[in-house]
Amino acid sequence: MKIGIKTTKIEDVVFNTFNTIFMIILVVVTLYPFLNTLAISFNAAGDTLKGGIYIWPREWTTFNYRSIFATGFLYHAFFISLSRTVVSTILNLFFTTMLAYTLSRKEFFLRKFITTVFVLTMYFNAGLIPSYFLIKSLGLRGHFLVYIIPTMIGAFNLIVIRTYIKSLPDSMIEAAKIDGAGEFSIFIKIIFPLCKPVLAVVGLFVAVGAWNTWFDTFLYASSEQNLSTLQYELMKLLSTSMQTGTTAAAQFGAGAHQSNTVTPQSIRAASTVVAALPILLVYPFLQKYFVVGLNVGSVKE
Amino acid sequence: MAEIRGDIEQIPKFLKEKKDKKLTWKIIKSQKELMFMSVPFLVYIGIIAYAPIWGWLMAFQNYKPGLSILKQQWVGFTQFTNLFSYMGFFQVIRNTVAMSFINLVLGMICPIVLALLINEIKTMYFKRTVQTISYLPHFLSWIIATGIVADVLSTDPAIGIINNLLMNLHIVSQPILFLGIPKLFWGIVGVSTVWKEVGWGTIIYLAAISSIDPALYEAAEIDGAGRFQKMRHITLTGIKSTVIILLIMNIGHILEAGFEIQYFLGNGLVSDYSKTIDIFVLDYGINQFNYSLATAAGIFKSAVSITMLLLANFISGKLSDEKLI
Repeated sequence: MKIGIKTTKIEDVVFNTFNTIFMIILVVVTLYPFLNTLAISFNAAGDTLKGGIYIWPREWTTFNYRSIFATGFLYHAFFISLSRTVVSTILNLFFTTMLAYTLSRKEFFLRKFITTVFVLTMYFNAGLIPSYFLIKSLGLRGHFLVYIIPTMIGAFNLIVIRTYIKSLPDSMIEAAKIDGAGEFSIFIKIIFPLCKPVLAVVGLFVAVGAWNTWFDTFLYASSEQNLSTLQYELMKLLSTSMQTGTTAAAQFGAGAHQSNTVTPQSIRAASTVVAALPILLVYPFLQKYFVVGLNVGSVKE
Repeated sequence: MAEIRGDIEQIPKFLKEKKDKKLTWKIIKSQKELMFMSVPFLVYIGIIAYAPIWGWLMAFQNYKPGLSILKQQWVGFTQFTNLFSYMGFFQVIRNTVAMSFINLVLGMICPIVLALLINEIKTMYFKRTVQTISYLPHFLSWIIATGIVADVLSTDPAIGIINNLLMNLHIVSQPILFLGIPKLFWGIVGVSTVWKEVGWGTIIYLAAISSIDPALYEAAEIDGAGRFQKMRHITLTGIKSTVIILLIMNIGHILEAGFEIQYFLGNGLVSDYSKTIDIFVLDYGINQFNYSLATAAGIFKSAVSITMLLLANFISGKLSDEKLI
């Protein structure tokens, strides 16, 4: 009976219709710029200048992609970005989980102290200049390790993983201890495998952060072309194309009817797609774990 | 089941708490392995996050590269007085606070509203699709996002879709150079940030909404509550503590207006409105080698952040018993 009343209510129908329309607008506004970039990246550069490219290319070409990879340094930047992402994600997850495990043991006498020391780093930092001097004096400038070491353990991720470990039943750990297992082997054999759901989320955060950053390249390795990352190359492309703007595009396009031309805009579109693709391929599969990692209560001590 | 486990857990906890009080060599020895697994990271964070505080001494010196930090010329608070007597710094603070405040307000309200609306979608498939797509921009870098913003707002008829739309509707007769209008800059930053983060912002509220007891909704329905009444009195009330905790965390970051978006979208035409403290520090410190002044600005920022966090925490504790620390 109740259901009957519900479906006939006019205001419900009106609300649902407007809600659906709103959601569709939201989806369009979110997706359109990406589809537009994708279309431009596959469209002949000279043709793009004429305008009217929305979500589908008019003159198909892969020339934009071939030309960004022609010089070879973008390959290299892609490889550096990929290696820093993989290495820092693996090390970060392993170390953070190991520390989180010790902080989840109620009997550990350093638990409170270490937790406080890490949580404090979420709310203040020494600042750009002192950190810059530290990296310099550690000799990390212009070294691949500058991408790995400074971001090895994040306080927020530490708390998230610790909270997850705390929610696991203690009985398994007690049983393993009775069997004579040490803390490290309990961690490796029992805890680490059980943390898979939370590690999926934290791993995604770490990987996305490592993949997307350009600032450390800019600060510590801008003079080393062989350490340049994809995002840093993209940033250089963006700043040149923003400065020269439409004039450069017009110059490039003058008399360009053949498909063998590139414009700053087409180059940027193709590079954007290359930089965004790895993330777009991964994140929808990890979506079901998102909520696990984002329990606000976990930040609260 | 959960209750039984709770009871079993309580007993050893009680015993252990008593033991914790006296720290004996025996305990330290027995926790040797836990120490091996954690103390190296304590040293690590000490070096990475705490050792640089030593560099704050630079703010009280006239730092010249090449000399050891202890052999520098000490100037007391001169760098701070320089900083505050420099008119440009007030502009920088104004920009930072303004953009950060816009981001704070929009960044709280928009995701809450969107979460309430997503929660009302009854078709599961549609709901999941909307969620997946709305998370997308969060995962892409600001470099990509600002590139998109610059394209959308461009005056070039080939790409600037907003100008094309306005021209076709005959609202304007010439393309507007949006990114060259100082008064619009804060608004552009605000809207761009909402575009990038609103979907992701909902996730935390949707999680909070899903933990509200469904019986409350049923009870309200029997009492004759309408959709909006339920939204207001059950859903919003149910996520109140989440909202407050996030608000406290965000207020602590009032001087974090973001850095990348202003750095990429800012240009000579709008620099009076686009420069933030982070850009100021970068300009003076890294580009002009004025390390002392930049460090002073950095200390100012940290001091304000901690003060705001503690203040927000205190006020919230007084008003609603929700505290972060």
